[in-house]
Amino acid sequence: MVIHVDKAVDKKTFNAFKGALRDLSDVRFSKRHRCEWGTWGLVAASQAASELMLETFPDVRHVYLASGSCLPLRPVKELIRYLEARPKTDFIESATTSDVLWTVGGLDKERFTLRFPFAWKKHRFLFDKYVELQRRLNITRKMPNGLVPHMGSQWWCLTRQTLSAILQDPERSTYDRYFKRVWIPDESYFQTLVRLYSLNIESRSLTLSKFDFQGKPHIFYDDHLQLLRRSDCFVARKIWPHAERLYTTFLDDPAGAIKGQEPNPGKIDRIFSKAVERRTKGRPGLYMQSRFPNEDWENGVTSAAYSIFEGFSDLFENFEPWLANATGARVHGHLFAEDRVQFEGGQSTFAGALSDCAEIRDYNGRMFLRSLIWNTRGERQCFMFGPRDRQYISWDVSKDPNAQISVIAGAWAVPLFRSNANFAEIRSEAARLQKIESEHLEVLRSIYTKARVRIWTLADFLEAPMEGLQSVIDEITGKNMRRLSEAPKMVDLQGFAQFLQNLKNQGMHPYLVGDFPPDDNYGAPKQRPNKPYLVR
Amino acid sequence: MGLWQSYRLRLQRRRWRIRAFRKRRDLTVINDRTANIRPGDILLFSTLRNEDVRLPYFLKYYRGLGVNHFLMVDNGSTDGGGEYLAEQPDVSLWWTQSSYKRARFGVDWLNWLQMRHAHGHWCLVVDPDEFFVYPFCDTRPVRALTDWLDASSIRSFGAMLVDMYPKGGLKNAKYLKGENPLDAAPWFDSGNYSIKKNHRFGNLWIQGGPRSRAFFTEEPWRAPALNKIPLVKWDRRYAYVSSTHMLLPRGLNLVYDEWGGEKASGVLLHTKFLDTFATKAEEELERRQHYANSHEYRAYAEGLRDSVDLWCKWSEQYINWRQLEILGLMSKGNWA
Repeated sequence: MVIHVDKAVDKKTFNAFKGALRDLSDVRFSKRHRCEWGTWGLVAASQAASELMLETFPDVRHVYLASGSCLPLRPVKELIRYLEARPKTDFIESATTSDVLWTVGGLDKERFTLRFPFAWKKHRFLFDKYVELQRRLNITRKMPNGLVPHMGSQWWCLTRQTLSAILQDPERSTYDRYFKRVWIPDESYFQTLVRLYSLNIESRSLTLSKFDFQGKPHIFYDDHLQLLRRSDCFVARKIWPHAERLYTTFLDDPAGAIKGQEPNPGKIDRIFSKAVERRTKGRPGLYMQSRFPNEDWENGVTSAAYSIFEGFSDLFENFEPWLANATGARVHGHLFAEDRVQFEGGQSTFAGALSDCAEIRDYNGRMFLRSLIWNTRGERQCFMFGPRDRQYISWDVSKDPNAQISVIAGAWAVPLFRSNANFAEIRSEAARLQKIESEHLEVLRSIYTKARVRIWTLADFLEAPMEGLQSVIDEITGKNMRRLSEAPKMVDLQGFAQFLQNLKNQGMHPYLVGDFPPDDNYGAPKQRPNKPYLVR
Repeated sequence: MGLWQSYRLRLQRRRWRIRAFRKRRDLTVINDRTANIRPGDILLFSTLRNEDVRLPYFLKYYRGLGVNHFLMVDNGSTDGGGEYLAEQPDVSLWWTQSSYKRARFGVDWLNWLQMRHAHGHWCLVVDPDEFFVYPFCDTRPVRALTDWLDASSIRSFGAMLVDMYPKGGLKNAKYLKGENPLDAAPWFDSGNYSIKKNHRFGNLWIQGGPRSRAFFTEEPWRAPALNKIPLVKWDRRYAYVSSTHMLLPRGLNLVYDEWGGEKASGVLLHTKFLDTFATKAEEELERRQHYANSHEYRAYAEGLRDSVDLWCKWSEQYINWRQLEILGLMSKGNWA
């Protein structure tokens, strides 16, 4: 065993460490180099240690490069047996730059074609500027002797034959000079040169080592014990220095059960790739203390599909319970009503302990809707909306692909028609509502709209009410559902056409309602007077 | 951010630091054990007043997480809490009778102590009724977190305040010394928070929860801020601006991701609403030393008293950090 200790370690600590290992006859210490991340020192150190290894221990067949934060997960005997069964195989991850997707920072080919005299960790500014300068001046370097650049994990296990061939190569000084100016040479020096000599490359590392999206290694803790055990990998890194349970478990394993299985890091891979995805993409529709995306960077404004019904509750009696029955969804009243949030069943609080207080909702109304959808994941939400409600969510819902918006334009006129107010009041209220709704419809019809929007004028909708309802509900419940058996009860519209005409006569043109035939055929059908209209 | 604003914030930071320096005279040393602090130790800073009943569990909890040293300011306790703290081997204690409000709710005092003792240390600033929960806190000590933050070049870690409450009136939440307050008040609101961005300081401004829905229905903008950044790798040039809600320089406030991803974050479980709250509320109302003219305490004292019940049918009962992460109150980020 050859140990390399970083030159940055002070002499006292180093001597104490060396002294503590004095009783072990097969441990040597190699020449110390300064090993900064991504610099040549790492390669120089492994070269020096390898040379010492090959020289002092002539029986060694495979050399395994490991770091201080590596931990053997299986007994060393098993590793030896595994390697003995594969005497000519070099285990080193070695892929051409075009095959490698995991490089961070956008430097892959340029790692080899530019010069990197400045340490990335310490002199970031100079590093970046020098890269920029070389790019601008079009300076590139050629690989010596037509080498093909390869990259891979710096934790390898090479045979004596291959390793000595690399170290004793007559051209080594040329290669070394070249790689000294390559970025992160520890991931490319052996990985490239091994291609010249190895007879049998197994392009994978025996060391389990995972990197996150910033290119720094994931760390293992005590709670990863079972996961590491089941991975059947030989060596894992990085282990947190204080993960006592991992160290005692894996280092004190008395011989352990020889399993002879192939390493299988699949499960660990999944956990770590999920972590990276959480960090880079996050959970769609979640707004919280550590995820607050800028506008249009939400990766989904809301977390699940929901439906908005505009005008339906004006036209139909008890529309909410009917809809809940037909779809199985959670149906609220007007969530954005001015006086109170009309949660399903008139509850004063709802999922996530949302309050029905209008002031609290209005204080951050956009967040209110997002929270509501997030809090009820797994259950479809439907709610009523109209020009009498707060309008601030118009843009959010129209840009949200999760939203399904169905509008009967002009339906706001129905409650006015049925109200007992003075006509002058009705007229001004109608004008106000029409203005609000037409602004809202403009938003829904904008080019930024991603919601599934259906807009009928009241007149159009009344032509074939069941067809409209059926298409909306099919979309909620999934296609190919049975026909609606029960129809919602429509309010009595007898005299409505005349009412609209009166509005027109007063100079208020309710154009959103559509072309309503003046003969009043939506009122009571002639055969059955005084009975409310039933949709078939 | 323009140069001018950057310059003004720099001036402001300097002002807070000078103010902290002046306020050092408020503090009298009771027991200074800061010589025991070793490099790399994790420190905890706290101000308190008459919290004797909470202290044993508080210390036990944070010792369990691996905090190495406690630096506490006793603001005129009369319940023996000060004496108890002075006996603890890992507590350094200062005492003051000065106005809590005029020390900007204790921020000046702690800024000063941090300037003196926290340089280069990870330090946690919490109240005695706040319990820090972070990803994997049941299996990994705080040092695992701070080591990971160091390796990721992250200097500050956010943990939003989550108000815990009992089911039924506060009187039912009997709390005895040494017990876990979460046993008495295990309920919380999972999804009724308002988040806005504070463009000046770059932090998020979070409000909501049970206090907002019970006490601030008419003026929700006055509800207390819940965003907190309690864990910071301190540098003597840093300064908390308002409680632990925000810091300067403002880069430290960027504990959230703006491009869709999730950064790692934790939660401070706020166990204020126990049976002890009633007496506390009356006392604090008298002292008028709290934020926004003690609005909360007033709202509480006005008529509600014993009958106040924060619980509703949608309240969640606390289980562990994984539950909080699933609910979206905190995140593992890319820590796995």
